[in-house]
Amino acid sequence: MEAVLIIKGIIILAIFALSLGIAAYETYFERVVAAYIQDRVGPDYAGPAGIFQPLADAGKLFFKEDFIPALADKSLFILGPSLAMLTALLTSAVIPFGDSFIYEGQKILVQGIEVNIGILWVFGIVSLGVYGILIGGWSSNNKYSLYGAIRAASQNISYELAMGLAIIAILMMTGSLSIRSMVEAQHGFNWNIFYQPLGFIIFLTCSFAECNRTPFDLPESENELVAGYHTEYSSMKLGLYLFSEYVNMFISSAVIASLYFGGFNYPGMDWVYSKFTSIWGATVGHNWATVIGICVLMAKIFFFIFLFMWVRWTLPRFRYDQLMDLGWKALIPLAVLNMIITAAAQLSGKPLWIGLILTLIIMLVIFLPAIKKRTVKA
Amino acid sequence: MQLTNRSKKTDKTALTLAEKTYLPGIAAGLGITLKHFFSKKVTIRYPEQKRYLGPIFRGHHILKRDEEGRERCTACGLCAVACPAEAISMIAGERVKGEENLYREEKYAAAYEINMLRCIFCGLCEEACPKEAVYLRHDKFVPVFTSRDQVIYGKDQLVEDMNNRYERDAWTKEEMTKLWEKQQKVITQ
Repeated sequence: MEAVLIIKGIIILAIFALSLGIAAYETYFERVVAAYIQDRVGPDYAGPAGIFQPLADAGKLFFKEDFIPALADKSLFILGPSLAMLTALLTSAVIPFGDSFIYEGQKILVQGIEVNIGILWVFGIVSLGVYGILIGGWSSNNKYSLYGAIRAASQNISYELAMGLAIIAILMMTGSLSIRSMVEAQHGFNWNIFYQPLGFIIFLTCSFAECNRTPFDLPESENELVAGYHTEYSSMKLGLYLFSEYVNMFISSAVIASLYFGGFNYPGMDWVYSKFTSIWGATVGHNWATVIGICVLMAKIFFFIFLFMWVRWTLPRFRYDQLMDLGWKALIPLAVLNMIITAAAQLSGKPLWIGLILTLIIMLVIFLPAIKKRTVKA
Repeated sequence: MQLTNRSKKTDKTALTLAEKTYLPGIAAGLGITLKHFFSKKVTIRYPEQKRYLGPIFRGHHILKRDEEGRERCTACGLCAVACPAEAISMIAGERVKGEENLYREEKYAAAYEINMLRCIFCGLCEEACPKEAVYLRHDKFVPVFTSRDQVIYGKDQLVEDMNNRYERDAWTKEEMTKLWEKQQKVITQ
């Protein structure tokens, strides 16, 4: 029992360290991806290929003056970034990063806690996450910070609705709130993306908005609000805000990968599992198969992190009314429609691939006219 | 009124349903950025890597010596007169017996100073020089100063080192024109 607890502790610590470490290196990848997309090379002085850049950045932030404005509410001013970071890190607890390790005949899940309200936990914490921004922006006693904070709050509320409705379709398919059972239902190549393409697009858009990433980074839009909710912040308090954004990005990539792209499942996993167990025996083979699964999930997470950055350096920022239009007039009705279609498909008892083909036909009918190039008369 | 034929007319027809979803546009944009992600980078890592600035770039000044290592400058002062920034000053000296291997003519510059804070690198000194003595190097910059006593360059920093002579593809305007024509021919071929 002792050893099992220790291994569980190591797994939890590893997940914690991983979310911090990946968040730190996301700042580096962000700069490299931005540079590559703009035909530059990016930071490459700190260490080989610039891999020590995050350390240099963190060191710089620690040595900067930790300034608190005279008219700011001091305790709330400190609470803001702490809350943002805390909520960002809490979410990773329920995400299954892999199947399980067997040690002395006992199964240890590669997950912080396996709770039957998994996705509800994620939603609850993400909703709390906006308090960090709101408190920070309000306590700064600065109109631009307050604008940024209010924007963040209304944006998150608007997009959480569509996000929740998109998830309900998944819940109807799985019949469980636990992320692990959702992932296990997508065994092999039976991923949800094939049944929920519309739901995936809605969820992806909403997660961009929830993470305050371009094209929805209105809370910190530089050309309107100086720096938005963190205008008055400096030193590591600013660092915590920026860092929490990157942790959120990592977590939402993990959630997207788990909900729609099969988490640690991959095509041919049964074959790999049987090979490994026949070579190394049931226990060791199982553990190695789990390691492969973790690597597969990591690859998916990295792809989505790249997508976040890729989109950031492609699309310009929405105007605020466009943001609200998109959220309330487009995504929520679409999410409701998606929910109804999924419910009808579940009730009809027909196999799910019929729905998939129907969706493909509808998509083709909508998008075929767009394939024809617009003729621009000179 | 159309001034050039480069302007593009905007298409103001109503968007189709697919275009209203933004998705085809977003996909096209992502395609463009991905193409740039894998394209060749234009960055030149400057202090380590330098680009060739051409044979007539005006950089660090140099006082040439002739083939026998004698200073060509006769301290006539034409460069100082030509200099629009009044950066050049000099003191003339008379060559004495035994110095024939140092100075080409009877008069020479005992001191020759260029104030690099004043110099605008216009190259008029180079054009004014009747003895082909002062040139602006095409391959070397005047380095950044960190204090005021580094600003005035004397003969020790300006006179050519015989072990490391400064060579240029074209020394005169005529040679430069010939070189330019040759390069144009290469480009057009």
